[in-house]
Amino acid sequence: MSSVLYDVPGPRQRRLTLILSIAATILVLAGAYYLIYLPLDEKGQFSMELWGPLIDPSNENFFLVWERIWVGIKNTLTAAVLAIVASLIIGTLLAVLRLQLKSLAGNRYAGLSAPVAYLLRGLGNGLAVLTRVCVEVFRGLPVVITIFFVARGFPEFGVTLGTLWYLVIGLTIYNGVVIAEILRSGMEGLPFGQREAAVAIGLSPFQTTTLILLPQSFRIMLPALISQLVVVLKDTSLGFIISYEETLNIGKQIIGVLSNPIQVYFVIAVLFILVNYSLSKLAQYVQRRLSQGRKTAGPAAQAPPAALTAQAESGIAAM
Amino acid sequence: MNVLIDKFDVFAGGFWLTLQICVLAAIGALILGAVVAVLRISPVPPLRAVGTAYVTVFRNMPLTVVMFFAAFALPALGSNADFLRIPGLEVVFTRLGTDLPYFRFALIALTLYTAAFVCEALRSGINAVPPGQAEAARSLGLTFGQNLRYVVLPQSWKASIVPLGSVIIAMIKNSALIGFFGVVGDLSQSADQLTSAEGYAFIPVAIGISIGYLIMTVPLGALLDRIERRQAVAAR
Repeated sequence: MSSVLYDVPGPRQRRLTLILSIAATILVLAGAYYLIYLPLDEKGQFSMELWGPLIDPSNENFFLVWERIWVGIKNTLTAAVLAIVASLIIGTLLAVLRLQLKSLAGNRYAGLSAPVAYLLRGLGNGLAVLTRVCVEVFRGLPVVITIFFVARGFPEFGVTLGTLWYLVIGLTIYNGVVIAEILRSGMEGLPFGQREAAVAIGLSPFQTTTLILLPQSFRIMLPALISQLVVVLKDTSLGFIISYEETLNIGKQIIGVLSNPIQVYFVIAVLFILVNYSLSKLAQYVQRRLSQGRKTAGPAAQAPPAALTAQAESGIAAM
Repeated sequence: MNVLIDKFDVFAGGFWLTLQICVLAAIGALILGAVVAVLRISPVPPLRAVGTAYVTVFRNMPLTVVMFFAAFALPALGSNADFLRIPGLEVVFTRLGTDLPYFRFALIALTLYTAAFVCEALRSGINAVPPGQAEAARSLGLTFGQNLRYVVLPQSWKASIVPLGSVIIAMIKNSALIGFFGVVGDLSQSADQLTSAEGYAFIPVAIGISIGYLIMTVPLGALLDRIERRQAVAAR
């Protein structure tokens, strides 16, 4: 932690810190007052006319506004939950598939006749390349663009769905691939002895993956997975580009009537921050619990390899 | 497929504009993120609180909301973001100097949002330095500044580079949002324009736009993977 960087302060240092603290507080407050409060006040942004519908229950529009916001929140959560469940399923399947294909890569199918063996090998390698390309492409495309392509492209092929499904499919394509990568790097980072032991007791490659590797990978990667959920929740706000009625879109409608953009976006921002902050705290808590569990489990359990934790951290950072 | 050839200048222009905002936002976010990271590790509690609040707010807010805020709150604050009309830069990044402020607003939003993640990447690097290093430096009598400059930062840099890279990749992808906020002519807005207003077939346009983004993200991702693998080998 950062406290390692400096000594426990002596009396002189403490005095200096106190003076600096007071000076910094005054500076920050003065800056906020002159640069933010005064200009906003001058434009009448603090008037009850603009804030009333959002914070004053006696205002005639209060209940109407919050009813709409509640609809938006429900729609946001619906899309988020559907997208999370779908991308977890797709991600797990994709991760297992890629690992299976990788373990098949060296297989010569010695028992079969030559043409069949070649066909199987070609099929396996082709699928491996195909999944690899899919992962790279969809991981590299912005999720906005994916959602936009889904919403524009599906009707082109005669498939028309509700905007909710466009949003969910778009989010699932992106996040499914990301989750697959998280799980796969978790499985590949496990000690090699795990796999060898599983083979030694006679498990098939598929059983090895689903019974031994996948559960451990889920456990190690849980913090990264939870922070991916925060990403999904944040990304549902992109629904506004395909005019899905989520919180932000509802906010736009309210602004269209009441013309108080700053106030409405402030409230929406606070809502998002509250939910996402608690989710991030949950991720931290889980991570702490997991590292404790490992410590008490004795010498048999060991810390994940450095590359793996780096991956998990970068996953958290990239959210 | 003709649209790829006929409208090549649109795709190229979109790519160039997206690249412009990415370069500018990356520079801005790295500087601002470093400042916030310094605030977060400083010994003065109120500054630490400011840094923490900044990161909490911007990390948990969708970029969409940040962009809306920039577009509505900045004019209310009486600013058209004219301070970004930097004389020398305007020559290369022509959009900085236009009368329509949306490019500047989008740039500010993207910078503010990404800075929070840059700060976290830098801080995770500092946390990755073994505490014994800083303790040893302190017991040698190095001051706070010397400690950071000669002992902690050179080591933390190595641990930060991969997370920083993934932050930048995420930022490139996030920049696709600007097309939906009134910035005309970037890759995502070109996709909208070509498929809806000009009525070109969907698939070729989608391929062209995808290539534009993949050119930026995939090589960077491959580079990061390589660096990460090298570091893993070196650490062994």
